[in-house]
Amino acid sequence: MNLKELIDEDRCGGVFRVHRSAFTSAEIAALEQENIFKRCWLYLGHDSELPNAGDFRRRTVAGQPLFWVRGSDGQARVFYNSCTHWGANVCRVDEGNAELFQCFYHAWTFNNKGELVSVPDEAGYGEGFHKQAMGLASPPRVDNYRGLYFVSFNRDAEDLISYLGDAKEYIDLILDQAEEGWRIVPGTQKYSVRANWKMFSLNSLDSYHVRPLHSTFFKYTESLGSGDPPPAPPTEFPGPQGRSLSLRNGHGVDIFPSLARARPIAHWHPILGEESKEEIRKRRARLVEKFGEERAYLMCNTNRLMLIYPNFALHDIAGVSLRYFEPVGDEYMEVTVQTLAPHGESAGLLNRRLENFLSFLGPGGFAHPDDIEAMESAQLGFRAGGPDWVDTSRGMQRESTALDELHVRAFWRQWHANILGYAKADRHHDSVDGGQGISKDTAE
Amino acid sequence: MTVGRDDSLNEKLTALLLEREVEDFLVREAALLDEWRLDDWLDLFTEDARYMVPATDMPTADPKETLAIINDDMARLRGRVERLKSRHAHREFPWSRTRRFVTNVRIKDINGEEIHANASFLVYRIRSGHVDPLIGSYVYTLRRVAGLLKIAARKAVLDLEALRPHGTLSIIL
Repeated sequence: MNLKELIDEDRCGGVFRVHRSAFTSAEIAALEQENIFKRCWLYLGHDSELPNAGDFRRRTVAGQPLFWVRGSDGQARVFYNSCTHWGANVCRVDEGNAELFQCFYHAWTFNNKGELVSVPDEAGYGEGFHKQAMGLASPPRVDNYRGLYFVSFNRDAEDLISYLGDAKEYIDLILDQAEEGWRIVPGTQKYSVRANWKMFSLNSLDSYHVRPLHSTFFKYTESLGSGDPPPAPPTEFPGPQGRSLSLRNGHGVDIFPSLARARPIAHWHPILGEESKEEIRKRRARLVEKFGEERAYLMCNTNRLMLIYPNFALHDIAGVSLRYFEPVGDEYMEVTVQTLAPHGESAGLLNRRLENFLSFLGPGGFAHPDDIEAMESAQLGFRAGGPDWVDTSRGMQRESTALDELHVRAFWRQWHANILGYAKADRHHDSVDGGQGISKDTAE
Repeated sequence: MTVGRDDSLNEKLTALLLEREVEDFLVREAALLDEWRLDDWLDLFTEDARYMVPATDMPTADPKETLAIINDDMARLRGRVERLKSRHAHREFPWSRTRRFVTNVRIKDINGEEIHANASFLVYRIRSGHVDPLIGSYVYTLRRVAGLLKIAARKAVLDLEALRPHGTLSIIL
C-alpha cells in the first residue's frame, strides 16, 4: 500500500474513506510510534495527583516507563524511570511519597528533584565521573495547561498551548465549571482492548453509534424517571442536532444538548438523587451569575466528547472522564481511565456522581463494554479482508451535526500528514464547513 | 465426661455446620451464575444489598468516594441483569462461558443475624477464542432472613493489576 493512498478524499464528490490497513498494518503501527507518539504532546496526568512535596506517580507514556514527582521545592518533574547507572527502575510502586529514590540494584540514590545524591564507594570512580551530570533524565518537554500535564519526546515540539489549538476553549468550558478547582478522584480503571488504538480515538468522538449500540443503557436510565426539564437554549450553538467540530491539529469535539439527562454540573435527574437537587441547582445559578446564560448553558446543558490528538479523550458527559490509551503493537491497546470531581463537593453528590459515571462508563458499565466489543469486532472484521475502505464521509456535504464525522476527518487528515512525515495537515476541516463553533458562534 | 467438654463439642459442631452452610451457599450461587440463571441469582439478595467491584489500584477503598469498576444497589443490579438477559448487551450476546472456583471460605465474624465471610475465587470467562481468568477474593455480608441465608453485600476484590487483557467486566463476577 502506497502511504499517500491511505486516504481517498474527494471534497466535491462527498467522498472520504480510509484504507483498512491503517488498522492492521504493523508497518504503519511502527510509523505511528516514530511520527506520532514520539512527536506529539501526550497526556500525563492532573496536577491534583501530586498534592504534596514528595508525592509521586508511575506512568507509562508511549511505551516509555516514566515517573512524575513533586520535588521538595514544590516543582513537579517527570523522569525516565531508569537509573542512570545500570538502567533499573528507580521507582518501583505506582504511587506514594518519597524524599529519596534508591535504586535497588547498586543503591545509587536520587532525591525527589532527580539529583544523584549518593553513590556507594564513590571513590572508586575516576575523574571522568561527574555525579552532578548523572541525575535522572527527563523527557525533553513537559508542560501543563491549567493543571493538565503533557509530555513530548520531541525537543522541537511546538508549545503545548499552541498544540492544543481550539481544544483549549473546550477544556476551559469544562474546567471553568468548578470555581473551587478539580481533583482526580482516587481509583483508576485500567483495562485493554484487542484492537488498534485509533478505534478508541474515533469511538470517543462518535455519536452516531450511541443510540443503536447503547440501547440497554437508555432503557435503564429511562426506567428511573425523568429529570428536570431542559432549559430553552439561549444560544444558536450548538443547535438541537449538536455539532461535530475540528479543533485544529487533529483534535475534535462532539457537542450536543444533554436534554433531560443527568449532569452533576449541572442538571438534575433522579439518578443523581433527591438529596442532590439543591446543590446542583445552586451550582447552575452560580455559573449563570458568573458566566452569563449562554456560557452557563453550554457548561451545564450540553455534553462534550473531546479528543486531544492522538490518544487523550476528555469526555464531559455522565461525569468528566479522562481516558488515555497506548498502542501495544498494531492490534492491542492499554487504556487508563480517571475521573474529576470539584474540590469540596458534598459526599452525597460525589457518591451520586460516581454512580452515574459507572452506569454508563468503564469496563463494568452498562454501555462501554459494548464499545469495546464493537472495537474488537471491527478489528476482526478489518483483518478478515474483503472491503478495503472505512467510510467516514458522514456530514461532508451539510453543516455538521453531532452525528456527523467532521472531527473524525480532521483526525485522519492530521494522522495522514504525520504518517507522511509532515508535522501538520494543510487543512483541518471540510471546506464546506468552516464553522468553528464556540469561538465564532458564541464569543461575547 | 464433663459438661464443659460437651459444650465445646457443641460449639465446634455449630461452627462447622455454619461453615458448611456458607460454603454450600457460595457454591450454589456460583453454579447459578455459571448457568446464567440470573433471576434466581437475584433472589439471593436482600433489598438493601450492594454488589461492588473496586478499582484494581484501590482494592480496599469505599466506592462512595473512589472510582470503582462496579457499585450497584439493587435497582442497578436488576438493571444489569435485565441488560444481560436482553439481546443488546453485545459484549455478552451470545453469553460467554464461565467456570467459577470458589474456595478458601472463611467466616470472619458473626454479628447477630449477619455473617461476614471471605472466599477466594478464580473465574474463567471463555469467549471469542479467549480464555480470561479473573482472580481475587469475595467479601460477603450474609444475613439470615426467615431462616434462609441472603446476600446483604457482595464485594469482589480483584488481585489483577488491571483488566488486561480482559478488557471488560461484562459478566457478573
